[in-house]
Amino acid sequence: MPSDGAGDPVGQATQATQATKVDPADPVNSVGQVNHVLEFPGGYTRSVGPVIGRFLTELRDARLVGVRTAGGRVLVPPTEYDPADGAPVTGEYVEVGPAGTVETWSWVPRPRPGHPLTRPFAWALIRLDGADTALLHAVDLGEIDPGCAPPPTLTTGLRVRPKWRAERIGGIGDIECFRPDVTMITDPGRAEYRLRPGRALGRFLDGIAEGRFLGHRCHVCGKVYVPMKGMCPADGVPTTEEVEVADTGTITTYAVNNIPDPRAPEVPFVSAYILLDGADIAMVALVAGIPADQVRMGMRVKAVWRPREEWGPTMQNIRWFAPTGEPDVPFDAIRDYL
Amino acid sequence: MGNPCAVIGVGQTRYRTKRLDVSIAGLVREAALRALEDAGLTFADIDAVVMGKAPDLFEGVMMPEAYLADALGARGKPVMRVHTAGSVGGSTGIVAAGLINGGVHDRVLVVAWEKQSESNATWALTTHPPYNASLVVGAGGYFAPHIRAYIRRSGAPDHIGTLVAVKDRRNALKNPYAHLRIPGISREMVEATPMLWEPIRYLETCPSSDGACAMVLASESAARRAPRPPAWVHGAAMRSEPIFFAGRDTVNPRAGRDCAADLYRQAGITEPRDQLDCAEVYVPFSWYEPMWLENLGFCGEGAGWKLTEAGATALAGDIPWNPSGGVLSSNPIGASGLIRFAEAALQVRGLAGEHQIDGARLALGHAYGGGAQFFAMWIVGSAKP
Repeated sequence: MPSDGAGDPVGQATQATQATKVDPADPVNSVGQVNHVLEFPGGYTRSVGPVIGRFLTELRDARLVGVRTAGGRVLVPPTEYDPADGAPVTGEYVEVGPAGTVETWSWVPRPRPGHPLTRPFAWALIRLDGADTALLHAVDLGEIDPGCAPPPTLTTGLRVRPKWRAERIGGIGDIECFRPDVTMITDPGRAEYRLRPGRALGRFLDGIAEGRFLGHRCHVCGKVYVPMKGMCPADGVPTTEEVEVADTGTITTYAVNNIPDPRAPEVPFVSAYILLDGADIAMVALVAGIPADQVRMGMRVKAVWRPREEWGPTMQNIRWFAPTGEPDVPFDAIRDYL
Repeated sequence: MGNPCAVIGVGQTRYRTKRLDVSIAGLVREAALRALEDAGLTFADIDAVVMGKAPDLFEGVMMPEAYLADALGARGKPVMRVHTAGSVGGSTGIVAAGLINGGVHDRVLVVAWEKQSESNATWALTTHPPYNASLVVGAGGYFAPHIRAYIRRSGAPDHIGTLVAVKDRRNALKNPYAHLRIPGISREMVEATPMLWEPIRYLETCPSSDGACAMVLASESAARRAPRPPAWVHGAAMRSEPIFFAGRDTVNPRAGRDCAADLYRQAGITEPRDQLDCAEVYVPFSWYEPMWLENLGFCGEGAGWKLTEAGATALAGDIPWNPSGGVLSSNPIGASGLIRFAEAALQVRGLAGEHQIDGARLALGHAYGGGAQFFAMWIVGSAKP
């Protein structure tokens, strides 16, 4: 096993000497100092012996094995001796994993050049299923911006599995990293509709394009619907009698919204039921031009139109409704519209 | 009402912000298997499955009832899906009860669920079709103006909503399935939370939950063989009304009043506050408790807040509302109505655990949805009607 603590325990063998390079970002580069690099050509060669050799050979074949001690424990990564008492291990190799459990971890928010991953990751002690000891390796938790805190999914007890390199050489770096079990997938969904306003709403929007509010009067109940639907929802009859109503009205009730919405200029914004003068049903619209905490039930308002040259058959023609400054309407006059 | 119908099994999942440990199928099975276990049955004993959930846009699974049929042991059996927006859990229970009342089936499994964490309900409820500029943001954005109108019309003091928010969360501490369990919940805690859609504060709002609820409904002969006490259906009713029409009373909707009147007529109820022992009522925003107290005839118009203020609806009150903690404590939307129905059944079966109302014999389950335009209600009792 590589023992250079500051370095790269899981890098490919060819990368093992990088730890001795001086990090260009290190302050040792400050004026007046000179970098002096010691890099043994080709890297040190190490005889791994029979036990670690077996481990590395199995790694090259994408298998994980441990060695059993005389006491029955399975050591992963294996050693030639039982670290508890110094006794030789048995010759029994046990396949473990490939899944394992994170026993503890340390977060690396900004990986350094010698690190096995370029995006934030965790060093973790991973106890592979069937092993009695833990293996140090990197855990990749997906796309995470540099400097970010660890995701809440990173916990002791997290289940992880190795990501094997396609080309293996018999080194701990044959495992690129460990990754959590798949617990979620994303499922894109998109529906596209072609909409037409229909005859009634189309006529209403034609009116809006001319700066007018049009509605229908029901011939049964006499109520005026703005916008019209071409039918009366209360009487279930078609409506055809067109009426024009004012662009002034009264706020019957409203909500002060503290949840941002792309259609509102700011938070808080007021969405209000506005009973246009001449209509019998209130419509919901934005109220602005007054602080939200000064809006009142019964307040008189008027549509604020965008410049005429911007008008089209759309409610976008109306920026919002703003107070007219007239006295409020008494509650009794609006209570039947709530 | 036709043939008698009884609840012989109830199953619920724990309600959580994210049930990342299970798929949708795993979630509904968890509730269904618990209901079957309660009823001493297996999927093989079930004649038909009735399923309810909120609109498909919530999880983005088209017709999930088709893919869930296998998961609910329904291969070769009738499966149907009910759609009535937020009231769907209640409507689903009533459709299932209808299959028993009509003598079509002996044992019907009814399942309702939502896995809100797979998407965002406020997004799904705020789809902004072109041509309108309605500026309603989510359910709270829709209901806030109507709550404001109630407060103005009834003259209720500001703190009533806070009282309900505290009461239901205290009840939730006694319900192991509840999502929001806030130790030491207090008026100060609620009042310290921000206004989301004034006059609705953060803690006066229901949570977004993942969860499922299931029941086994049975005919009289099947109920007689059930291992645990049944809850008998004494009445069930649904009503709806258009969301916009001139003269609509959005504070005290007529569909709700008519639905309650039909329900009480079936169950022989003339004084709901006196005759019912408890109620599980769909209160997703705290102010809806006093509003529905009036709509459901527990008091006269404008007096609902006085019942709440006097503690009548608390666990120790004369008519406890939402002993389970209600929608304010757990809200897997499509399941929320069925949970109300199931909790009413648990009460009259004497199986409600720590939030059991002693001696409950007659209980109301209630759901509403859309723009307070769909209503579903039932009354269950410990005795066969």
